[in-house]
Amino acid sequence: MTSTFRYLPDTTEDQKDMLAFLNVSSVDDLFSDVPESIRLDGELAIPNALPEPVLWKQMQKMAGKNVNAGELPLFLGAGTYDHYIPSVVNHMISRSEFYTAYTPYQPEISQGELQAIFEFQTMVCELTGMDVANSSMYDGFTALAEAASLAVAHTKRSKVVVSKAVHPESRAILTTVAAGPGYAVEEAKLTADITDLDSLKDQIDDDTAAVIVQYPNFFGSIEDVKEINALAKAHGALLIVSSNPLSLGLLQPPGRLGADIVVGDMQPLGIPMAFGGPHCGYFAVTKPLMRKVPGRIVGQTTDADGKRGFVLTLQAREQHIRRDKATSNICSNQALNALASAVCMTALGKTGLRYMARLNMEKADYAAKAFTQKGFSVMNESPFFNEFAVELPCAVADIQEQLIEKGFIGGFDLRVDYGKPNHMLVAVTEQRTREEIDQFIDVLEAVTA
Amino acid sequence: MMNYNDLIFEISRPGRIGCSLPESDVPAVDVSKKLPAHLIRDEEPELPEVSELQLVRHYTALSNKNHGVDNGFYPLGSCTMKYNPKINEDVARLDGFSRIHPYQPASTVQGALGLLHELQEDLAVITGMDAVTLQPSAGAQGEWTGLMLVKAYLEQKGEKRTTVLVPDSAHGTNPASATVAGFRTVTVPSNEQGLVDVDELKKHVNEDTAALMLTNPNTLGLFEKDIVEIAKVIHEAGGLLYYDGANANAILGKTTPGKMGFDIVHLNLHKTFTTPHGGGGPGAGPVGVNKKLIPFLPVPRVVEKNDHYALNVDEPLSIGRVKGYYGNFGILVRAYTYIRTMGPDGLRQVSESAVLHANYLRKKLEPYFVSPYEQVSKHEFVLSGSKQKKLGVRTLDMAKRLLDFGYHPPTIYFPLNVEECLMIEPTETESKETLDAFADVMIQIAREVEENPDIVLNAPHTTVIGRLDEVKAARKPVVRYEKETIQT
Repeated sequence: MTSTFRYLPDTTEDQKDMLAFLNVSSVDDLFSDVPESIRLDGELAIPNALPEPVLWKQMQKMAGKNVNAGELPLFLGAGTYDHYIPSVVNHMISRSEFYTAYTPYQPEISQGELQAIFEFQTMVCELTGMDVANSSMYDGFTALAEAASLAVAHTKRSKVVVSKAVHPESRAILTTVAAGPGYAVEEAKLTADITDLDSLKDQIDDDTAAVIVQYPNFFGSIEDVKEINALAKAHGALLIVSSNPLSLGLLQPPGRLGADIVVGDMQPLGIPMAFGGPHCGYFAVTKPLMRKVPGRIVGQTTDADGKRGFVLTLQAREQHIRRDKATSNICSNQALNALASAVCMTALGKTGLRYMARLNMEKADYAAKAFTQKGFSVMNESPFFNEFAVELPCAVADIQEQLIEKGFIGGFDLRVDYGKPNHMLVAVTEQRTREEIDQFIDVLEAVTA
Repeated sequence: MMNYNDLIFEISRPGRIGCSLPESDVPAVDVSKKLPAHLIRDEEPELPEVSELQLVRHYTALSNKNHGVDNGFYPLGSCTMKYNPKINEDVARLDGFSRIHPYQPASTVQGALGLLHELQEDLAVITGMDAVTLQPSAGAQGEWTGLMLVKAYLEQKGEKRTTVLVPDSAHGTNPASATVAGFRTVTVPSNEQGLVDVDELKKHVNEDTAALMLTNPNTLGLFEKDIVEIAKVIHEAGGLLYYDGANANAILGKTTPGKMGFDIVHLNLHKTFTTPHGGGGPGAGPVGVNKKLIPFLPVPRVVEKNDHYALNVDEPLSIGRVKGYYGNFGILVRAYTYIRTMGPDGLRQVSESAVLHANYLRKKLEPYFVSPYEQVSKHEFVLSGSKQKKLGVRTLDMAKRLLDFGYHPPTIYFPLNVEECLMIEPTETESKETLDAFADVMIQIAREVEENPDIVLNAPHTTVIGRLDEVKAARKPVVRYEKETIQT
């Protein structure tokens, strides 16, 4: 045990002094409580340590084996999007006072984090039109499942109805989660690109805890949340809406359309795609549900001198206080990414967010029209935000590699989740130029001809 | 700057902006023609309007009011607040890791899948398990995933067991996760030595026992010496043994949960494997299992065939998906980088040093506080403030006094079975000088309790804000900014 590792400060001398102080002859004596029979003989069978410069080269090489969105224009979305992240975002979250801290248990030395989260909660409320937001969830998918569990516990009913136009991974995770408490998850059918309201109406009954829709939905289409809310409320069910926060720069917030819980992922606002994580779920509710919310919530208060400050609050909901009676088991969340999205929303501001949302809608609109002009058919019959499904004359799976060779990362294949092997879900963010869109369609035309 | 107390909304002025986006190069869309009126936003969200420099000053000022590991000692027990290496941050930000989409064709993400595969294998070795899933986002999600595996395994065997046992010293997430997974929790009391009492355990184990969740070393920092017998008791009753890996920093290269007899393990990569805590997250909570549980692991799974990596979703017995995509990939990249930095020799030294530090600091403090347990400590130890409480000063007060010296206090009032508990985890990345200086301050505070208790009772004296009224925060919750509530 010598100080040859740069993260380990003990010198031989330090070690000798500490062992002498403890009256033991070696560090092994401090492991005398570990029974012989379960001790490891020999070192762990993992690769040997690498010096920093060697490791850096190796990691660059590994990263270089991946094709990134800076190299090829990307038309993939399906829940994770290639948006521009202002430089300030990374600079602010790289302040190590933020990223090397943990959950702000000691408010006097955590006011920065607490205030930043309080501001994040406010921004989420503003975007979604809700009263209360928490400090973050693991991702939008798990947030949706937690919302369903909240609804079941709150209404004491035993099933939820989820639209098939909700992200397939959200529905899959919901099914896994529901197996714990044992509530039923029913899927509501589609008509073309949106939830079939007629059959949805038949599925909602007095045992329905919640109706769950996505807005814009998985195909990019904008569901009529107001009508869906009316169907849910006719039976006293809660309405859970999963929303891309960027789209809410243009769309009426779900809170204004009757939603009881709004969830989603902040990834489009300041968080790298990073192969799917870490992203940042958000969770917002109406006031009556405030004390049922999972996870951390920051609240405003004062010190003895009346000075404004912030603390973790309503903790009687949480696992470290309530243990098996807690509203959720969540402890660590995605705080640093919540901060990233707060910084991004601050940089965009009121006008920037609306403008970015508009750019996304316009680019997708342009792309869809361009596809149609080339003779492709677009599946979406309803208005859509920044993605839509286009039908190819061949299977999507057959041409993905050719697209890469031609310099594009194509859209999402709808075969596995929707049984539509020829349908490609195409996302067009503000990052894609008109030229890239035109070229992409030309290439698609060529490879599918 | 420390007096800065503005909210971002309060410095906002209409007309300012902190970003620039390109002009549109496609035709404009008339939203009012595209969407029905009731689905068009008719009221702007009140997002702040500030210039880029104002933004930078605001968040910089906030960061100045925050204490992280880079600022100073952070001995928060059971949270393993060790140094977060900078190269890990740089690697995770490489475009080839940060700008890749989860649904890209496998051929375009071989580097990422390869990294995941190697990390799975390394963590399997480190835990002594047969397979690992990297998907859970944090320890609590790992616990829930593990318990869902227990459930699926038992159901497959045609058994309906409903009880999960947890010691009274367990993390709060253990019983909470058991509930979320649909189990009933039974608490097993610890004995006077701070360990699971095997005889007491036997009384609670029966044909309804699905699992025992155990942290080893436990939250008191003590190694459960009877672990082999405990495993036998649980297994003979047909239950499974779950390892809460929050405290894995004590065992790297010394023993493994697999050797101890555990069936399921989660690790907190943001504790043991140096990924930053991020002010509360994101973390990562991979789960390892032994052979019999492999068929039930979540999908997708990263598989290797002829040096080509792929994602497999076709596993009929799997519990399904637990998290979007493949876990908190960016965090996994950081942990991988750390493991490659340390290697087997380095990881073993980590645990040896963590344990040496905990015992050293404990012995330095023992004359001044009540030290409830005899057994040698592992990576952390507990003290009781019961002696000081008799003098009218509580552990909370001593914790607040530590703030005046620039230290983050230890975890307090946990575990619940120690009166006025202080749970101290120094970690291996702190120098002996830091441990000595912290010990001196703790000893000074113990002296102040006897000679000048007011200075402790009224602490902190040097922070940007005094003790905050938490009752008021909970009774009249203000959980978002609203223009009307501007306070100055």
